Order: sequence, then structure tokens, then C-alpha cells
Amino acid sequence: MNKYETVFILTPVLSDTQMKEAVEKFKSVILDNEGTIVNEENWGLRKLAYPIQKKTSGFYNLIEFEAEPTLIAKLETAYRRDEKVLRFLTFALDKYAAEYALKRRQKRAAAAEQQPAAQEPAAPAAEEATNE
Amino acid sequence: MEEHHMAQTQSEIRYLTPLSVDTKKKKYCRFKRSGIKYVDYKDAEFLKKFLNEQGKILPRRITGTSLKFQRRVAKAVKRARHLALLPYVADLMK
Repeated sequence: MNKYETVFILTPVLSDTQMKEAVEKFKSVILDNEGTIVNEENWGLRKLAYPIQKKTSGFYNLIEFEAEPTLIAKLETAYRRDEKVLRFLTFALDKYAAEYALKRRQKRAAAAEQQPAAQEPAAPAAEEATNE
Repeated sequence: MEEHHMAQTQSEIRYLTPLSVDTKKKKYCRFKRSGIKYVDYKDAEFLKKFLNEQGKILPRRITGTSLKFQRRVAKAVKRARHLALLPYVADLMK
């Protein structure tokens, strides 16, 4: 099992529910191939530094997961087949990167605790929103 | 007072202000100094410190970064560019 993280950008034309569906789809790709999700982040709608497919903004999502290397090819074909994905990057974490990712996760968790209502919704908050 | 007298006798030429030559600040690798081991491609604001106004990566001779970390910075910048967190080309980025 290796540690990975993947960032992908979805088109801004999607509605909130469509966006969440797409995220769920990629999560299920990981889970169906015996991967385990460690962390997920939704950075929300962000401006792109340069236009991609004539879009100037996009929904950024980050998933940290542990999986076998064979999963990556499957995940990336899923990205390529999906027109909603503008860009993606999958990155294998080495031990320093894993350390950094852990620290970053803790920092974000602490920040989310301090201001639960403010800023980007954390993973549990996003799930609550879909239930409503 | 005695110390002052000593300095006078030691050298003929004295300056009121120290010469600018030896006040040149030594460059250092900020990663080594602050113990950063991993350069994150997601942190665009941090990576901007290593770019010029056109979004080009600054050479090591200007930033003072060690070779090891210059390579990692370059990789991280390129990843960030791919994800549109940083521009490939820009003017007046800062």
C-alpha cells in the first residue's frame, strides 16, 4: 500500500449536487479498487491562474488515499473519460510528504474546530449538506 | 579609552562608516535553515517567493536555495502550474 493524494478540477458549470456526485464517483473508484480514503478536502470554486477549456474558474478537490499502485491507472482513466474534469494530478507521497500531509490535516482540523461555521466546509459538513 | 587608542595605532586608514564590501549579506537556503523537508505544490503563495514577476522560477544564485531544494521547488512550481494554481506566463504577478 502506498500513500497518494490526488487533486482534480471540475468545471464551474456544474451545480452543487452535480459536483458532489462527481466527487463521489471518483471516491467510489478508489473504494471499489480496495483503496482507503484518508482525507478529502473541497477547496470550493477557485479562480484558475490561466483559462483551461475557456473556463476561468473551477471546483478544486483533494483526496488523500492509500492504495495499491495498480489503482492509479484506473483512477486516471476515469478522470480522462470524464468531461467534467478540467485537470487532475495524482501524487505519490514519500515519507516527508506524508509527514507534511499529516501536519496539514491536523492544522486544518484545528482550524475547522475553531471556526466551524466559517470558511470552506470540512468533510463532515459537506456530507450534512447532501442529507438536507 | 585604551581600546580606542589601540585601534588607532593598529591601522593607518580608518573609516567613519564600515566599508560596504563586508556588509554584504550571506545568502542561505531557507529550507535548510528552517528545517523544511517537503516543498508543497498546493501552497501557491509560498511558491511565489521563488518566482519573478513574469512567473518564471528564480535562479538559485538569487534566492540562495541549495541545489537539492531548488530541484524540489522547480518540481513543485511545475505541478502547481499544471493545476492552474500558478500561471505559466504572467506579467505583473506581484
